Amino acid sequence: MSVRNDHPSLPSRRRFLQVLAGTAGALIVGIPLADAVDAPVPASLQGDTLYGLGAYVRIDADGNVVIGARDPDTGTGTATSLPRIIADELDADWTRVTVVPLGLGVEDNNGKPHWTYGHQTSGLGDSIPAAWGDLREAGALARWLLLQAAARRLGVPADRLRCEEGNVIAPDGRRIGYGTLADAAAKIPPPDAPVALKTPDRYTLIGQPAGDVDARAIVTGQAIYSLDSYAGDTVVAVLTHCPWVDGSVESLDTTDTLAVKGVLKVVQLKPEAGVPLGQTVRAPSVAVLAENTWAALQGRAKLKLQWKAGSQTESSAWFEQQATDVINDKDAAPTMRVRDDGDIDAAGKKTARRVEAIYVQPWLAHATAEPMNCLARIDKDGASLVVPTQAPQRAWQVVQRLTGLSPTQIRISVPRVGGGYGRRLDHDYVAEAVMLAKAVEKPVKLMWTRDEDLTQDYYRSACVHKFSATLDAKRQVVTWSQRMASASALAQRGMADNRLWTSEVDAHQLPAGLVANLRSDWYSLPSVMPRGPARGMPHLSNAFAVESFVDEIAHSLKEDPLVTRLRLIGEPRMIPLGDGRTLDTGRLINVLQLVADRIGWKNWLHTVNGFGIACWHVDGAYVAHAVEASLQGNRLNIERAICAVDVGRVINPTGLEGQVAGATLDALSTALNLSITYKDSQVQQHGWKDYPLASMAQLPDTTEVILVPGDRDPTGASFLAMPTAAPALANAVFRVSAVRVRRLPLMKELLRML
Amino acid sequence: MAHAQDQILTPTPSNTIVPEKVREGVDLEINGRAYRHTGDAQMPLLWYLRDVLRLTGTKYSGEHGEGGFDLVLVNGKLASATTVPVAELAGKSVTTVEGLVAADGKLHPVQQAFVDEDAIGCGYCTPGWLIASVDLLNRHPQPSDSDIDQLPNLCRCGCQTRVRRAIKRAANGGRA
Repeated sequence: MSVRNDHPSLPSRRRFLQVLAGTAGALIVGIPLADAVDAPVPASLQGDTLYGLGAYVRIDADGNVVIGARDPDTGTGTATSLPRIIADELDADWTRVTVVPLGLGVEDNNGKPHWTYGHQTSGLGDSIPAAWGDLREAGALARWLLLQAAARRLGVPADRLRCEEGNVIAPDGRRIGYGTLADAAAKIPPPDAPVALKTPDRYTLIGQPAGDVDARAIVTGQAIYSLDSYAGDTVVAVLTHCPWVDGSVESLDTTDTLAVKGVLKVVQLKPEAGVPLGQTVRAPSVAVLAENTWAALQGRAKLKLQWKAGSQTESSAWFEQQATDVINDKDAAPTMRVRDDGDIDAAGKKTARRVEAIYVQPWLAHATAEPMNCLARIDKDGASLVVPTQAPQRAWQVVQRLTGLSPTQIRISVPRVGGGYGRRLDHDYVAEAVMLAKAVEKPVKLMWTRDEDLTQDYYRSACVHKFSATLDAKRQVVTWSQRMASASALAQRGMADNRLWTSEVDAHQLPAGLVANLRSDWYSLPSVMPRGPARGMPHLSNAFAVESFVDEIAHSLKEDPLVTRLRLIGEPRMIPLGDGRTLDTGRLINVLQLVADRIGWKNWLHTVNGFGIACWHVDGAYVAHAVEASLQGNRLNIERAICAVDVGRVINPTGLEGQVAGATLDALSTALNLSITYKDSQVQQHGWKDYPLASMAQLPDTTEVILVPGDRDPTGASFLAMPTAAPALANAVFRVSAVRVRRLPLMKELLRML
Repeated sequence: MAHAQDQILTPTPSNTIVPEKVREGVDLEINGRAYRHTGDAQMPLLWYLRDVLRLTGTKYSGEHGEGGFDLVLVNGKLASATTVPVAELAGKSVTTVEGLVAADGKLHPVQQAFVDEDAIGCGYCTPGWLIASVDLLNRHPQPSDSDIDQLPNLCRCGCQTRVRRAIKRAANGGRA
C-alpha cells in the first residue's frame, strides 16, 4: 500500500553499527543496545558472549555466516533479498550464509520503546528501499574489519587486498578465509565514519537470481508459521464474533459447550472504547478455550448464542447507491479536491469531443492463506508472543497497552507469515490473544476459522469512479475530471479528516502531469463496515478505472489504444508532479512498448483473440501489462499475461519475477471473481466457495515477466504489478467480446452482459 | 507366612505386576510409522496431525477442507485432512508433506522441482500443492495443461504459473 501516513519513524541516525567478538572467535556486526540482558537477539545470532547487540551479521571462526532478516517475510521475499544486500557488501559466500528472522527489536528508552532495528514493517513496498539505505553498511563494516585484519596478518596494505566469496585475497594470490580472520577483526576498533560502500560494478549477489532461503523448509513441511507454534500447557481458543461492530450478546448458554470433553472455559470479549480500529478487539466475541482445536471447534458449534444487533446496519447495495448518487450529483461538494491543474471548466467549453464513463468496484477482503492467529504467554513480569504480523512494532503497542509491561519485557517473534496484503498491519487478533491469556492465566493459542477470517476483516471499500474527458480536434485530451466516492480505509484510526483521502486516491496518478486541465475530487462516504489498508491501495482501484477509461477514449476515437496512450504520454521527459514526485515518461513509454512488442501488438486489430494493455506508475516505479484473452461461448480464457516493471536496480531477479507474476495473478483472480457483499451489516461470504480465488484453470498458463534493468536506487515491488493487470484484462475482454466491463467482479458482469 | 526379611529381599512375584491396560485406539500409519490415536476418534486427521503429533506441515484450509491447504494422501489417494476423522483411518496409511522426503534427506522430485522453480510465495499453501502434484503425477506421469488445470488448490500469492512449471519439470525428470 501507499498508506504511509502512520509509518513508524526510521531510527534517528546515527546510532552507528558496533562490533563485538564472540568467545568462539566470531565477528559480530550490529546495533548496540542500551539494555544488555534482555536483548531480543535470536540465540543463533548470539554466539557465546553476544549480549547487548542487535545483530545483523555474524561470521564464525569456521567461516559460516549468519545474517538476520529484520522485516517479516509474508511471501514478499525479504528474508532472501535483505540478507543478500548485506551479504553482497560483505562479499560473503552465499552458500555458507544462514538467514534467521529477527523478532521485534525493542529496547527501553526511559520506559518508551526504541526500535532497535529501525525499519521492521512488511508489505508497504519500502522494505528494499529502507534496507538499501542502511543495511548495506552492516556488510560493508564487517568487510572493512576483515580487510584490516588480513592486512596485518599478510603485511599488505588493506587497499591492495580484495575480497571474494568469503576470502581476502592478496595481490600475490594468497587467500585467507573470513572465518580465520573473524577473531582478529572483532578486536579492531571500527572507524568513526561509515565505510565506503561498493560501487555497482563490484556487486556479486545484487542483481543475480536466488531462490527463497526458506524453500527447503517449506517444501518439507518444516517451516514453522505462527499457527504452527505451540507452547507448553497451551490452551487453544477459537471465537465467534458478533456481525455488528456495536452489537452485543443477547443471550448465551454455554452448558452444551462446557460438556464437550476438552473444553475448559468460555470467555466473552469486547472492543475497548476509544481505541482506534485494528488495535483492539474488532467486535464483541465469544471465545471457546479448550485442550485442542477440535474440542474448541466442537464447543463453539454447541454455543447457544443470540446476538443483539447494533445500532446501525447497512447493505453493500445501499452503499453503492450512495456512492453512485453522490458521483452523479453535480452540486455535491467534494470532501477533498485532490488535484486541480489548469482550468477544466474554461478549457472544456471549446472542445470537440466528450467521453464519460462510470466504474463500480466491490468491497474486498484480504483473505490471507494463514488465518489470523496468535500465540500469547502473559506473565506478571513478561509477555512472550508469536505473531503473524507485518508490523511487529505496532503489535508491541497493543501488547504494551493491554499488559502495562516495560518495553523489553515484551518479546515478539515473527516467523514466516502466510500472507499479509495489509491485513496484518492490524492487530485485533493480538489484542484478543492477550486478553484471553490474561483471563485463563495460561498460554493461549488463538486461531480464527476461515469464516471468521472472511466475515471479520477490515475490508477494502467499494468505490465508484466517474470520468469526464474532453478532446480537441487533434485528438489531444484537453480536460480530465475524476470523481471518486468511497469510504476511507483510514477513518476511525486517529487520522486527521483532511488526510482520509490518501488511502483512496493518489494525487500523482495518471494522467496527472499529462493533461493540462485535470481535476480529481474525492467524496467521503460513511459506512459501518470496518476498513483498513489493503494490497495495492489506492492504485488497484484507480488504475482499473483510469486505464479502462483511456481505452474508452481510444474507442471513441476509433483508434488503437496503444496509439492513444502514447499520444497522451507524449515525448520522453521528466514531469514534476508536486510533492517532490516526478513522472519519467520515458520509463513509462518503455514498459508499455516492452509488453506491446512481446505480445505482438502490431496484430492488435487483426487477432481473433483480444489484446488489452495498461500502464501505471507507483512511487517512482513503472509497470505495464498486456493480456490476450479469448472467448469460447461463456468461457473466458486468459491466454497470455505479460508484465514489464521498471523498479530501478533489481536486487533479486528471481524474487522480483515471483512478486510480479504473483501480483499479476492475484490481481486477475481478484478482478475475475471476488467481491464481498453484506446485508444488515452481515458479510455474506464465509469461505473459499463464495470468495473463490481463481482456480488454476482460470489463470493464464504462463505469466511472462520483463524486468527492466536499471541503476537507480531500488523501489519496492510487493504490489507494483497489481494495478495494471485488471484493466489490461478488461480491455482485452472488450476487444474479444465487445463488452465493456465497468463493474467488477469481471466474470459476473461479463456473463450478465454477453 | 514369610519373614519380614524375606519380604524385603524377595522380588515381587511377577503375577502381582499389573500391566498397563492396553489403551483402546485407532491404529494407523503416518509417513511409514505406526501410530495409535487414543483420543476422540471423531477428531479430524488435521487436528490429530497438528495438535497431537505436531506434524504441522499440513495446514488449516477451511472448515470443510476447501482450498486444498490440508491435502494428504490416504492409501495413496488425495484426501482433505479436515474432513476425515481418525476413526476412518484404522489400518490405513497416510502420507503428509513431511513424508515426501526420503530417509536420507533427499527431496522428492516434486519437492525439488518446486525449489528449482522457486514456486513459493508465502509458502502456506505449498504443502497442499505438493501433495496434489504427487497425486497428479501418480495418475498422469506426463500431465497435460488441462490435467494440471484440474488441481483443486488455491494460492493467494499467485504462484500458479510457477507451480505449473514445477509440475512439468518434475514430470520431465527434473529438467525445465
